Amino acid sequence: MSFLRITSPHGHSPLSTTQVMQAVLLATLPGIAVLTWFFGPGTILNIVFGGLLALAFEAMALRLRDRNPKPYLQDYSVLVTSTLLCIALPPYAPWWLIATGILSAVILGKHVFGGLGYNPFNPAMVGYVVLLISFPLQMSTWQAPRGLGEIPGVTESLTALFVPASYDGVTMATPLDILRQNKGLLLDDLFSNTPQFGQWAGVGWEWVNIAFLAGGAWLIYRGIFTWHAPIAMLLTLGLCAAIGFDSGSSESGGSPLFHWLSGATMFGAFFIVTDPVSGATSNRGRFVFGALVGILLYLIRVAGNYPDALAFAVLILNFAAPFIDQYTRPVTYGHKPTKEEDQ
Amino acid sequence: MNSVFNIHGGIHPEEEKHLSNPGTVLDAGLPPSLVLPLSQHIGKPSSLLVEPGDQVLGGQLLADADGMVSVPLHAPTSGTVVAIEPRPVPHPSALNNLCLELACDGEDRWVASAGCEDWRAETPESLIARIRAAGIAGMGGAGFPTAVKLMARDRLPLHTLIINGTECEPYITADDTLMQVDAVGIVEGAQILAYILGVEQILLAVEDNKPAALEAMQAAVKATDGSCEVMTFPTKYPSGGEKQLIEILTGQQVPAGGLPADLGIVCQNPGTAVAARDAICLGKPLTDRIVTLTGRALTRPGNYRTRLGTPIEYLLAIAGFDPSDNRRLIHGGPMMGFALESAAVPIVKTTNCILVPTEQELPTPPAAQACIRCGLCAEACPASLLPQQLYWYARAKDQEQLERHHLADCIECGACSWVCPSHIPLVQYYRAAKGMMRESKSEKIRSDRSRDRFEARQERLEQETLAREAQRAARRAAAEQKAAEGGADDPVAAAIARAKAKKDNASDKGAES
Repeated sequence: MSFLRITSPHGHSPLSTTQVMQAVLLATLPGIAVLTWFFGPGTILNIVFGGLLALAFEAMALRLRDRNPKPYLQDYSVLVTSTLLCIALPPYAPWWLIATGILSAVILGKHVFGGLGYNPFNPAMVGYVVLLISFPLQMSTWQAPRGLGEIPGVTESLTALFVPASYDGVTMATPLDILRQNKGLLLDDLFSNTPQFGQWAGVGWEWVNIAFLAGGAWLIYRGIFTWHAPIAMLLTLGLCAAIGFDSGSSESGGSPLFHWLSGATMFGAFFIVTDPVSGATSNRGRFVFGALVGILLYLIRVAGNYPDALAFAVLILNFAAPFIDQYTRPVTYGHKPTKEEDQ
Repeated sequence: MNSVFNIHGGIHPEEEKHLSNPGTVLDAGLPPSLVLPLSQHIGKPSSLLVEPGDQVLGGQLLADADGMVSVPLHAPTSGTVVAIEPRPVPHPSALNNLCLELACDGEDRWVASAGCEDWRAETPESLIARIRAAGIAGMGGAGFPTAVKLMARDRLPLHTLIINGTECEPYITADDTLMQVDAVGIVEGAQILAYILGVEQILLAVEDNKPAALEAMQAAVKATDGSCEVMTFPTKYPSGGEKQLIEILTGQQVPAGGLPADLGIVCQNPGTAVAARDAICLGKPLTDRIVTLTGRALTRPGNYRTRLGTPIEYLLAIAGFDPSDNRRLIHGGPMMGFALESAAVPIVKTTNCILVPTEQELPTPPAAQACIRCGLCAEACPASLLPQQLYWYARAKDQEQLERHHLADCIECGACSWVCPSHIPLVQYYRAAKGMMRESKSEKIRSDRSRDRFEARQERLEQETLAREAQRAARRAAAEQKAAEGGADDPVAAAIARAKAKKDNASDKGAES
């Protein structure tokens, strides 16, 4: 009788990469729900349409690379990429904008480098930056939140998606834009005089951020990723904001709470900065990576020219990740920390 | 009780210890024949003392230790030596090795043996000699000759003996069972070992998932003088790794490339302690051990007292093997054990467990997916390595980076592979990479040696050429000098003169005719 010869270990934890990806998708649901409540069904349409395109592009890329697409499509990784990109895109974006973004993310961000696990940059952010630089107008057209403008219905959303330039909903500058352009008002006055500002940050945005924070906290609890990168990013962002707060004067860069709950902060902290493939790999490295993203995020938000800064901050740090890895290795059992640094 | 320390990483796989009903020892009985490999330990194989056809008694010496790092081998029962030839042995390589087959006569007659009355009256050297003569090698799995380990006392100052009853591998309950049925033997063995080593402290380490063993050990320790202490700590794999256990108990780390003895510590397995006690107090050589037969493909799993050399197929029949949903036979536990190709191999001194799972229980792993650098492996690594980085460097065969990332400190516990959501056989990559590094190191030594040889040869040839040229030059110089000294002596001029004279002679004759 002959038995199967397999190398040890013979057991395995129940967690698979497919389940990791599914958990990440699941954790985006609260954020998507709140986005939909405040800005209408545009985000969901983006995600569905983008997801289908992403699967098609992934299958095509795998065929071109002479791989059997089936096992790769089942790992859900491309759906994570497309979902994250579509969450970041403005709702009611035209179909070609989404298609260009997904194509850039899947082909340029992922398969050009060899597919899942080999991409040095966050694919969703590659897609986002390609769009932001190529189509700044479409990328900064944000629907006004519920309470400040009328929310489009499903039919209007579908029309906006498939009939280019048909969308004429109510759009407004986001609180981050308003704050950057504010030159005369004290922060308190800005909050009370501008309808886009809510309790702590922008109307709607503060709840979107809280929802993504909740999803992220659940992922940390599940052990899908560690706290190091997101917490470090929030810490340095808060620290920079505290330094630039300027006691709420007209020159103020906004309070830490404002920055934590504005734009893509929580979404970025828990769903983008935590991307393991393109980030730093040790826990210390992730902490450094997150901390640097937080600083860059603040600087680009306050001094830069774009509506938000997450994609740039993350892509720049993606360049630095291998370098960070070399200098943040943990101390191996039986080795001394000082000797380690000398090598 | 001292406080214990935490180690980095670790995992919590299903323990499955209850399957083999720890605490009860069953008798595996006497198989028709035993197959005894001459190498059941680390070091040189034992050298044979018997020939086919010899009648032997139980406890008789069959093969003696060959050199320092080697152990002798004894007959586990009486019978006839029927064959001495290469046979399959339980080893990851699946290669054959020289074995001795003993046909049991069923009478189980033994040579007379005697232990020493009072081991405290003996010198440590004579006790080490008895342990050596009893053929004891570490029974926890590695099989390092115990006597050699005990000789650390000559080189380094020691203070602590740790009896490692952690048994952190899932499924295995051999040590758990031994602690329950013979705690007194373990404690006495530990005291003997401590006396040999000259240490004052004995720590008996038991994981907290073995309450019955813990209780038995505590009761056994109560009757002693107070040098023994039972330590317990939370269950986590691989707390029983020697280096990990030392950190848990002392908070200290064994320096990289060093031994526990560098910290003044020696670790021994409970089975080894009992074997040492039996060797010294009863004069009994190591010829049997407790083996956990477990897995859901067995209808009668349990802990069986098994004679060394018992074929695994015999044991599988005893334990009620049902092959219908089984594809794997594992020597050792599910984390570090290796899969055997055939059940026609014997139990050896290091066999603590034979695991025969069903496919449902431990399924054949699916195809590996891409590494997404999720870092779960780094979270799990008890050596604080970065398995995800080692994986890339192993695939790239980047030896410099493998060394920088301390591949050599990997203990191959398998925690990284266990957690890997992409089912990448990481440990296998590290084993291959370690092999590659070893190979290229010895390759380098070889090529250094042949370069040295080549250069030496070149130099020798050059010198020979120079010497020849010098000789030639010397000869020429001598000849020239000779020529210069006297023209008559010049052989060429003389020859020309002779020829001329001959010619003149001839023309004279012609003129005459």
